Amino acid sequence: MTPTDATRPQLPRILEVRTRILKQNDETARALRARFESLGLLVVNMVSSPGTGKTALLQETLARFMARGVPVAAVVGDLETDNDARRLATSGAPVQQIMTHGLCHLEADMVQARLAGWDLARLHYLFIENVGNLVCPTSWDLGESVRLALLSVTEGEDKPLKYPGLFNTADIAAFTKIDLASACDFDRDAARAHVEAVRPGMPILETSVKTGAGIDAWLDYLADRRRALGSASA
Amino acid sequence: MHELSIAAHVVEIGGRHAAAHGGGRVVAVTLRIGRLACVHEEALRYGFELVRVDTPLATAELRIVSVPVRVWCPACRAERELPGIQRFACPDCGTPTGDIRAGRELDVDSIELVDTPAT
Repeated sequence: MTPTDATRPQLPRILEVRTRILKQNDETARALRARFESLGLLVVNMVSSPGTGKTALLQETLARFMARGVPVAAVVGDLETDNDARRLATSGAPVQQIMTHGLCHLEADMVQARLAGWDLARLHYLFIENVGNLVCPTSWDLGESVRLALLSVTEGEDKPLKYPGLFNTADIAAFTKIDLASACDFDRDAARAHVEAVRPGMPILETSVKTGAGIDAWLDYLADRRRALGSASA
Repeated sequence: MHELSIAAHVVEIGGRHAAAHGGGRVVAVTLRIGRLACVHEEALRYGFELVRVDTPLATAELRIVSVPVRVWCPACRAERELPGIQRFACPDCGTPTGDIRAGRELDVDSIELVDTPAT
């Protein structure tokens, strides 16, 4: 006896969706990157745990570029305060704050919204300081050309192994507060080996805003990457 | 907890595709999530419970397929699956490689639809 239509259990229809969950963000980021690169603007996404020294490195970077007359700007993400933006504005560079109100990462449309009033064509570098977090920002492309992962010597040398996902998406790593390395028994060879294990070949800087160590190397790296934008589009 | 944002996108994508195919109730949604996507499965399931209320996915089963990392080994000239995500080197010959061929996925793979509305 065959069941009638009314009593036959309904089989689900399977729809192949095959869609990236963050497709919207990826598309916004791709459009931003195309625009930035066509203008010769190098955009850097700075990612680390809270307290690693993103703001300190950024403050020094902005001040050094401003002193050379290089046009720079920054967008800073934070959960609740605008303290970092006020701190960075002392460099004289234009700074925009994104308050995420609890959201643990920045998304491409937040960056896009903050850039609305800026003349991007006159900028050479734009820095995006992400929310302090070594996990959540990983999957959100912000349209950057360079992703910098920072690790302070006080955090321990095994961070890259604990957070391989983030280090694996970075273009360059910086060991910050390197002036404190011996005080913290920071094993820099082990730290380098751990970065190399999760991201073979990635360049590593050792920086200290206090002593100035590694800052020139950082600025040189940025200049090289910016030149590469020009040659890629030429 | 970025998994909440991801769960919200899953519900939006599932609802949109269901509507485009005549509506109905989504009984299952299958995701493919790479080991490098930095997504915590339990957090994602928790987020999904919160955001699916009053949507076509309100009773959907969340299926998560975990995708291992595959790299290209330049020495073996072959794709290899990594046993973990802490050493990007060929598991056979040890050659370091950052040439990732799979493992970053963060995809809605499919949904299963029935025509009867949820009761």
